[in-house]
Amino acid sequence: MSPHELRNVRPGDALPEVAETIERMDLVRYAGASGDFNPIHWNDEVAKAVGLPGVIAHGMYSMGIAARMVTGWAGDPAAIRRLKVRFSAMIEPGQTLTAKGEVAEVDGGRVLVRFHAEDEKGEKVLSKGEAELEL
Amino acid sequence: MPLNQALVGTVYPAVRYEVGREKLREFAIAVGETDPIYHDEAAARAAGHPDLPAVPTFAVVLSMRAGQVVYGDPDLGLDYSRVVHGEQEFVYHRPIRAGDRLLAAGKVAAVAAKGRHELLTLETEITTEAGEPVCTVRATVLSRGTAPPRGSAA
Repeated sequence: MSPHELRNVRPGDALPEVAETIERMDLVRYAGASGDFNPIHWNDEVAKAVGLPGVIAHGMYSMGIAARMVTGWAGDPAAIRRLKVRFSAMIEPGQTLTAKGEVAEVDGGRVLVRFHAEDEKGEKVLSKGEAELEL
Repeated sequence: MPLNQALVGTVYPAVRYEVGREKLREFAIAVGETDPIYHDEAAARAAGHPDLPAVPTFAVVLSMRAGQVVYGDPDLGLDYSRVVHGEQEFVYHRPIRAGDRLLAAGKVAAVAAKGRHELLTLETEITTEAGEPVCTVRATVLSRGTAPPRGSAA
């Protein structure tokens, strides 16, 4: 969708979902690209020592996937004015994260999208997601 | 030990960051973003961008660096091993782009007790070296088990 078509959006419109199966390599790659080398994201021993079942994905990796859904729908990263999430559950490698969202409000050229991202059991990994877009 | 409330409002020295095209491509790949506007300069220009734009969450790279300055202040009293990421918010004034020479200054925006834990909000103001606002980043982290005991003077 190109940005000018945002004028035609209606509350309740669903964004195309984005799903990603998370592999350990993805977390290593994200660690390197982002500079977040916290070992709970790549070292099972360290993760278990702090009470986790094993390594978990970076919250910001999950948010990056959810952001793809918003920018892919809007067609232009410059349209995004605000992006917010709450990190509400962890997700481990081997699981699939699915981002889902819909248009909540339209006010002229300003659009509010509410979204979340969930694991295969439907548990929300990211909750209370909000994206504000403007033409 | 509770976090130091007296530091709320303190702005720390800015870190400098020069945005390179390969770094933007690397980050886009790392979050699985394949849209050519994030990888190919011609596609970016055709879409109206003066150079490769960053994916929206790239701003966290700068806010983490600014955060290291804040979290590393011994007066704050933060034990990073107790930290859990709670919320993240980006307010965009314009996209970050390749070639940008940016400054990122971290601020302790809030410290609040929540049960036995404390919530620390780090606010990072990202601007160009010339002072143009680019992005405001707010990260709220949970400091587990550090809240002052009930009834004590905070």
